[in-house]
Amino acid sequence: MSDFTFTIDEIEIPAKEGQTIMEAADAAGVYIPRLCDHEGLRHQGGCRVCTVKAAGRSVSACTQPAEPGLAVENETPHINKLRRDLVEMLFHEGNHLCPICEASGNCELQAMAYRLDMTEPTRFPYLEPCRPVDASHPDIALDTNRCISCGRCIRASQDVDQKGVFGYVGRGIHRHVAANGPDLAHTDAEITDFAISDEVCPVGCIIRKRVGFVTPIGEREFDKGLIGRKISEKRNA
Amino acid sequence: MAEPRLIEISPLTRVEGHGKVTVHLDKEGMVDEARLHIVEFRGFERFIRGRLMWEVPVIVQRLCGICPVSHHLAAAKAMDMIAGVDELPPTAEKMRRLMHYGQVMQSHVLHFFHLAEPDLLFGFDAPAEKRNIFEVIREKPELGRRAILMRKFGQDIIEATAGKKIHGTAAIPGGVNRNLPIATRDQFLKDIEQMEAWALESLALARDYTLSHPDLVLGFAAFPSHYMSLVREGDGALDLYHGNLRAIDIWGGTIFDQLDYTKYHEVLVEDVRSWSYMKFPYIKELGPEKGWYRVGPLARMDTVDFIDTPLANAARDELIATNSGGATHAILANHWARMIEVVHCVEKIRELLHDPDLQGTDLQAKGDRREEGIAMIEAPRGNLIHHYKVDEKDQVTYCNLIVSTTHNNEGMNRAVTDVADKVISGRQTITEGMLNHIEVAIRAHDPCLSCATHALGQMPLQVELFDADGAMIDSRTRDA
Repeated sequence: MSDFTFTIDEIEIPAKEGQTIMEAADAAGVYIPRLCDHEGLRHQGGCRVCTVKAAGRSVSACTQPAEPGLAVENETPHINKLRRDLVEMLFHEGNHLCPICEASGNCELQAMAYRLDMTEPTRFPYLEPCRPVDASHPDIALDTNRCISCGRCIRASQDVDQKGVFGYVGRGIHRHVAANGPDLAHTDAEITDFAISDEVCPVGCIIRKRVGFVTPIGEREFDKGLIGRKISEKRNA
Repeated sequence: MAEPRLIEISPLTRVEGHGKVTVHLDKEGMVDEARLHIVEFRGFERFIRGRLMWEVPVIVQRLCGICPVSHHLAAAKAMDMIAGVDELPPTAEKMRRLMHYGQVMQSHVLHFFHLAEPDLLFGFDAPAEKRNIFEVIREKPELGRRAILMRKFGQDIIEATAGKKIHGTAAIPGGVNRNLPIATRDQFLKDIEQMEAWALESLALARDYTLSHPDLVLGFAAFPSHYMSLVREGDGALDLYHGNLRAIDIWGGTIFDQLDYTKYHEVLVEDVRSWSYMKFPYIKELGPEKGWYRVGPLARMDTVDFIDTPLANAARDELIATNSGGATHAILANHWARMIEVVHCVEKIRELLHDPDLQGTDLQAKGDRREEGIAMIEAPRGNLIHHYKVDEKDQVTYCNLIVSTTHNNEGMNRAVTDVADKVISGRQTITEGMLNHIEVAIRAHDPCLSCATHALGQMPLQVELFDADGAMIDSRTRDA
């Protein structure tokens, strides 16, 4: 039973007290694009890809509580343009070489770019940072060239695995995710950690060793359809 | 002619990659030396270092958009060795072979019809605007249609086995990531008869051209060389996917035979010259002057003992018989050899499509890790070597690639000199026809200059004429 309703793009959405706009939207089968948010992890509101307009204000749908009667704009050309700009800047900031990346086809960043019609290279000059691969761990590798600083691994490690394998270091544009030690081999990271599982890292930064490319083209997650389709299918069903 | 000159041809056309030719003339206007320069550099051997071993087959195939399957499979074979897998599950090996036969077929068809056919059909001296695939289609629409559909068939095979027509991901260390569904197999079986008929007609076209132009074929850059390729272990049959190394001398005698290809560095050395990004390999025991050799379809026809498919084997017998059983040195006969291999690939594809192993589900084997992996494959343009070292963290620490075009480097340079001497020596003016004769000599080797330098870009051809003091006095440049 819902406590109240609000609207997203004029669709009536039932909600419960304390639910965020995104939680209520997900339950109702209305997809709001996101990168840093993940089911089962606390909300962060960091990537801002879930930006929506609520009562005329731009807010992150993953952290903004739903309110009775709220009118939310989600899939508008203006908002999707903002989202595409954000995604383009992520491509501009890292080294995202989709053609040779083992996450290709399963990558949420790549899938989001497709969803938002980013069909060409970013308009911004590539920063091309130089970030060596940390392959010190026997079962796990870290290629931060592909990191988008979503922080999902940090929250998964801290809140679910109770470990703190990952953390942010640096400030401003230099802020990035790093292993909480001289390298990954000197942390508590284990292949069975939730933070290491396929579903947590949205890109190809956290790599489970020796399983790259085992899924054939055509059977990868986003070969089957757009990102967000599983949520949208709930409503269509 | 009072002063020496230097001619430069740039860019080269209807070949893969960037290159140029320089022709050095003495004071009498006679060709002193001609060089094929490879002016691009890609550096894959360096920047693959530090990457993870299972990424290698996917990354290094980006050397090329024409024969990526060759690099994909050669790298995968090297990674098999590093993964400790000496024998793939039958499904994995047969899927890879099917992919490779599709690749060789489409690449040979591309070369013969799209790149070489305009020269053969219209003549080397035909106007430049005539020498292209569109004119072939205009004048011989059925031939052009066949070229496109045969290439499509090969590429469809690649897509079904690799996941994409270009730059797939199917070959992984120790196996493959997919099998061939029955419905897909049946689609190919519907077309295989047509492909065989067209392959045989194309073979007849190449054979008839060679036999009906004996003066041209025997006089055009036809000089003896050693030849090298893989041959099947034991019986010496043609095997494009795997085997042992065999090299024969200019008379057809054995230089080395059934050599385990992981020992290639014991018999081959790579020489470096200041004016080209492409290395010059030679057979160690013969030295750099006498040890150069050629690879490719014609080399394979000379090195193997037979072909294990009947139609291709009969065609090879006919080719070998034209030279009284000895090695065939006429470079233009490469087109004939290429079409024999197309027939062979179609026969092999048919054989594999009827093999139920392609629907198997055991796709990947595991083994005990090794530090070093060396692989060879017979790519469309000839022998291809991939050599890697990987550390205990799974990161690549060393990479050496010797591609077909590199093996043929000295041979192509000599072909350029031979043709330049015949068509330019003693002439004052450079004509378009002269340029194309030189290009035909290079093109017959079907070079892939991008692969050879592991470099990035398009293929240009430029000819420059220099005097004895090195001053450029004439130049012709053509856009890619």
